[in-house]
Parts: sequence; structure tokens; C-alpha cells
Amino acid sequence: MIPLRTRLAQALDYVWGGWGAAASLLLLVALWEAGHEAYGTLVLPSPRETFAMLWRMTLDGRVWPAVVETGRNALAGFLGGVLVGGLLGALAGLSDMMRRLLAPVSTLMLGIPAIAWVVLSLLWFGGSGLAVVFTVLVTSAPVVFASAAEGVRSLDGALQRMARAFRVPRRVLVWDVYLPHMLSYLFPAVATALALSWKVAVMTELLSGAGGIGDGLATARVQVDTVKAMAWILVVVALLLAVEYLLLEPLRRHVLGWRRELPGAETRDPQGI
Amino acid sequence: MSPAVMIAQDSPRRMSAGLAIDAVSHAFGPEPVLSGLSVTLPAAQVGCLIGPSGCGKSTLLAMIGGLLRPDQGRVAHPFARPAFVFQDPCLLPWRDARGNIAFGLNALPMSRTECSARADRLLGTVGLTAEDGEKYPRELSGGMRQRVALARALAIEPDLLLLDEPFSALDVGLRRQMQALVRRLIDARGLTTVLVTHDLAEAVRMADRIVVLSPRPAHVAAQHDIGMPRAARDDGFVQAEVGRLLADPATAEALAVEGLS
Repeated sequence: MIPLRTRLAQALDYVWGGWGAAASLLLLVALWEAGHEAYGTLVLPSPRETFAMLWRMTLDGRVWPAVVETGRNALAGFLGGVLVGGLLGALAGLSDMMRRLLAPVSTLMLGIPAIAWVVLSLLWFGGSGLAVVFTVLVTSAPVVFASAAEGVRSLDGALQRMARAFRVPRRVLVWDVYLPHMLSYLFPAVATALALSWKVAVMTELLSGAGGIGDGLATARVQVDTVKAMAWILVVVALLLAVEYLLLEPLRRHVLGWRRELPGAETRDPQGI
Repeated sequence: MSPAVMIAQDSPRRMSAGLAIDAVSHAFGPEPVLSGLSVTLPAAQVGCLIGPSGCGKSTLLAMIGGLLRPDQGRVAHPFARPAFVFQDPCLLPWRDARGNIAFGLNALPMSRTECSARADRLLGTVGLTAEDGEKYPRELSGGMRQRVALARALAIEPDLLLLDEPFSALDVGLRRQMQALVRRLIDARGLTTVLVTHDLAEAVRMADRIVVLSPRPAHVAAQHDIGMPRAARDDGFVQAEVGRLLADPATAEALAVEGLS
């Protein structure tokens, strides 16, 4: 519906808006450099050293496999969490009894710190990738649960009555009324859960030694190699930024553009990690 | 016609080409809402249902629109395409004004270009600009939203217009503007219209036939026809007519309940 030229202009506008973000990031790098000059390499390696190390690690073929490993675990856990949280949330939205049963459980799960789940999953699954998937799943499911429940519960309202009065076909009802409604509830929660899943995955890997970025961080810590640790942190940050600005933000603009209150006013980090 | 329509349709021979509500009773659970209510309205006229809050006006309107089947009695009319305007505009927040106007067209066999052409035309009909068409509901004022809702109803080219207190959420100036707009559109199209309201002056301004409903369970307390052409009804006439109607004890009694509540 939107002409191509408008879309192109919007995309360019979005990329151009990146200059502000770049400026603020470079300012941070400058502060980092200042910190390095004040405290020395052992406490804070210089940005130059860190980027050089990152480059060496990439050439050695250590970064990419770790990113894939972490990404796979985080994504598997995230998808599982969205599925479980979404389905249980939908159930809770459909039935009052289910809601009364499930809502306190969800609140409780939300209250358990991610680190507690890490310990439990290590005991249950040992140092395997499954521990990571499980931890991500149980921490992201309750984030999605409440939104899914609220979305389904508020489906049957004035808009549905209106759609019925105009006798639109079922396809239109689902596509134009139900789906955007559910998205407006689910999208912020799913975005939060995705951002969360990366962080939880890295944390679990770090403690379990199950491979991935977290494992690299753990090794750097054991070797007291601050440069390497900073390089791994850079990897995590780059991934987070990529997910946020290349995936979530454009999607948010597309899906929730009608709200015109960008960027997301939702809470990003209910776990406080 | 979709199977959702539950109105008994008269055969063309017998039909008086208008709306006939015959001895309709209805209850929600144990509580009766309508009791033995009968109303007729000739085609191309404006009927006004007025009565105290919660007396079942909207229920009756839903029945006329085929959204609800009465427990007893029948609602019969020859109209195939009723369109609603509700008190709340009920716009889709994720569609711009143009998309909202075209929403009802989804039920009709129409191409996309036809739909958007018609939506464009109706923007003008209800006094909105092309730029307004690009705006989302949250960017529109209350009056503009109600105009979009009206355009959405007119877009499907209805043969029966059902207005459920469409002006009552608007402030006085806007309400008069919208009344005048709807009056013009109805007269230009010769649309059979049923308007639910609780404002007697509004009823006098808009209606050919005013049906006063009693408190719940509702039956017809009084009925008045107004002969004066709509365009000729000025403020003086409306005032005098409201006074005349309230002089009727049945009307005054039915409407007084609302004054107390």
C-alpha cells in the first residue's frame, strides 16, 4: 500500500538517524580510552588493544562458532519461552479459572532471579547446551505470559462487535482485527524476551562452561586476561545492538507504527540483569 | 447475504417496504429488556428511538441490524445492507482514517482500487481532507473520529442506517455540526434511518417519527410524527416542538425517569 519511494525514504531516514547513535557510542569509546590512560591495561585495556584482540580472535576462528553456539541456544530457549508463555497466556486469557491458576505462578517465576535458574539448570542438565536453553526458556516464558493473557482477554470487545455489524468475512476479522490487536500486546513482550534471552544465555554459558560466548568470557577470567574479556564483551554488545537496531526496531516501526510513540516505552529488562 | 443475518425477511409481495417490529420481547438471562414492543417505520424515513438510559434502545437497534434475534416477536424489513454508527467510533487504531473508512468494504466484492477510490470520495463527503485520511485514529479529534465512523457506515452504501447515540460523546457545537451533516446526507440519499438518542431536541431535529420507549422492560410509551421538512426545522421550531411533546403525559413520564437518574 505504501509507495516504494516513501519506504525508501523512511529507510534512509532510519539509517541517517544512526549518526546520533554513532556519535554517542564514539563518545563512550573516548571515555573508555580516558579510563585506560588513567588506570592501565590490567584494569581497562585500551579500545585499540581490545579491537585488535577481537580481530585476532576472529581470524583464529574462535568468535564465529561461539556466536553461533550462543545464538542457537538463546534462540531455541526464546522460541520455546514464547511458545510456552504464549500458549499458557492464551489459555489464561480464555478462561478465568486458568488465569487464577496460572497468574500467581507466572508472577512467582518472574520473581525468581535468572541466576537461581542457572544454578538449578546446571544441577539438572549438567554443563550441556540444554542447561542454557532451559534457563532462557523459563526466564522468557513469564515475560510473554502476561501480555498474551491480556491480549486474548481483551479480544472480545467493541471492535469485534463493530466488525460483526459490518459482516466482514472471518479472514478479515482475524487479519485486520485479531492479529494487530494481539501483536500490539505481544510485540513489546516478545522483544523484551528476545533481548533478555541473549543475556541469560551468556550468563548460563559463563557458569556452565557449555561453550559459546559465555565460555570464552569464563576462560578470559581464569587467565586474568582483561583484553580478551573486553573483546568478548564487545561481541555480546555488538550482537545486542544488531538484534535491537537491525531486527527489533525496524519491526517495531512496521508493526506498531500506528502508535507513533517510538522508540519502545515498554520496560526492557524486568529481570534486572 | 451472509448467514449471520437473522432477520425474518418478508416476501416482496407482502412487504410494505419499511421497517416492521412486531410484538418483540427479549430478556437477558432472567431480566426482561423488551416487552411486546411494536413499531413501524416507512422506508426513506428517519425513526428515532428515545427513552431512559438502559431501557433497551440499543438492544432493539441490534435486532434491527440483525445482530441479535428476539426471543419473541419479529423484526421484518426489506433492507439487505444495514450499517451502524456507534456512540464510540470503534475505529481500528492500526488503520489510518482511509483504511478505517474502507473497512466495511471488505465484506463486499470490490477491487482494491475501487475501495480506495470510494474511501477518498467519502473523506470529502464527511468533510475531511486527504491529509486527514493518512492519520491514525489517535491523531484525530473526537469529532473527526466520529466523521470517519460515519463515512465507514456510508461507504458500504447502506439501505438502512442505524445510529446508536452517535453524537452523545461530542460537545454541543460539534454535536450540532454532526447532526446537520447527517441530516443532509440522509436527505440527499433518502436513507431509511433509525437513530437511538436520549436527547429529545436531537430527536425533534432529526426524526420523522419519534418513538418514546418506557423504562425497562421497554414498550412503546408514545409515538409522535413530525410533518415539517427537516431542512425547515429551526431552533424556534425545535423548542416549540419539544415543549409540545413534553406536554403529552405519557412522553413526559417516560422521559422524566432519566431526569431523575
